[in-house]
Amino acid sequence: MVIAMFDDAALQQHAFDVAANVVDPEIPVLTIADLGVLRDVTVDKGRVEVTITPTYSGCPAMNMITLEIELALEREGFRDAKVRTVLAPAWTTDWMSEEGRRKLAEYGIAPPKPASSRRGLFGKDQVDCPQCGSPDTEVLSEFGSTACKALWRCKTCREPFDYFKCH
Amino acid sequence: MATPSIKVSETPLVLYTLRRADDALVLGHRLSEWCGQAPMLEEDMALANMGLDLLGQARELYAYAAQVEGGGNDEDKFAYLRDVRQYRNLLLVEQPNGDFARTMVRQLFYAAFADLYWRAMMKSKDATLAAIAAKSEKESAYHLRHCSEWMVRLGDGTEESHRRAQTAIDDLWAFTGEMFEADDSERALIDAGIAIDAAALRGEWLKTVSVVASEATLALPRSDWMQRGGRSGRHSEHLGHLLSELQSMQRTFPGATW
Repeated sequence: MVIAMFDDAALQQHAFDVAANVVDPEIPVLTIADLGVLRDVTVDKGRVEVTITPTYSGCPAMNMITLEIELALEREGFRDAKVRTVLAPAWTTDWMSEEGRRKLAEYGIAPPKPASSRRGLFGKDQVDCPQCGSPDTEVLSEFGSTACKALWRCKTCREPFDYFKCH
Repeated sequence: MATPSIKVSETPLVLYTLRRADDALVLGHRLSEWCGQAPMLEEDMALANMGLDLLGQARELYAYAAQVEGGGNDEDKFAYLRDVRQYRNLLLVEQPNGDFARTMVRQLFYAAFADLYWRAMMKSKDATLAAIAAKSEKESAYHLRHCSEWMVRLGDGTEESHRRAQTAIDDLWAFTGEMFEADDSERALIDAGIAIDAAALRGEWLKTVSVVASEATLALPRSDWMQRGGRSGRHSEHLGHLLSELQSMQRTFPGATW
């Protein structure tokens, strides 16, 4: 009995690591663990269930992420893994790991500001340029290449860059 | 032969959920009509992005309505196989895009409402509705900000942009009253702490819209005569045209999938 429990715990850790290493198809430097999209991994009698939460209601990457998790687990010998999507608690960029924020900035995407700054009828964000670090930047478009990003430009180095919207 | 429409058992909770889902789907579809045609690339992306958020919200709500109804309907059937009279959305969201100012005014009216509504719904005793609301309010807050900034640019922009924005406000105003109404079916859910009493949000909505209008040098109409009908399936002629496009594939090739 003790051995069976130990086995499930070891399996759970392994399954968690496998799922945690799946990357976001639209921001391939971030894993779903970095993003805070991965909520839980459980193992019951050898059967894995992974719980994820969507970033945006209509994010088209969610289907892809579900498939990627299933494939990654399959490759590691976990048969019939189940991926479940939950809405509550609602995902927030505050869940993004420090590691994730650092990787984003290195990749050229400005990491999100704390979500407490997201309210207000008119925009007043201040975002540092991920290329040169200058705070002298301006928003070009509040909506960018994916649902989670906005397009900004640095007025110092003149480079345009993506900003991961706080949410 | 065209696929016939589905039958829906509109118990109070199913009807309530479908009304919110239909708002999101119809408005999301309207925004998608701008794709490739917006005045500038950035706005093309913005409108499509907001449409995508709304479509995501609609899917969650339809899925929940299907689960509550338990009659074999699903999100696709609700979207593709109901006729005009079975749609329960606000008249506001089905109004044609018109010019860019009209689209933005429509979006502002809805987003200012949705933002308050979802925030209130986060406290619903229905856990699924509360979860969908918590997801949606983040999106509506961003939409509201985007529309507010555009209203200032349009209203306080050129003479022509001001005129177009003001005309849109005057024309669409009569469709805003419906947002705050509730019928008996909804009233019972409000009393049970499941549905939101929208009437209680009207003051706050008016305040938000007034702040934006005033910043944009635009005036809100004094008229309080309001058009209604969408919630009970009595729509303007525009919704039928919208649905004929939205549903044409499923009606012509029943059950077609990717």
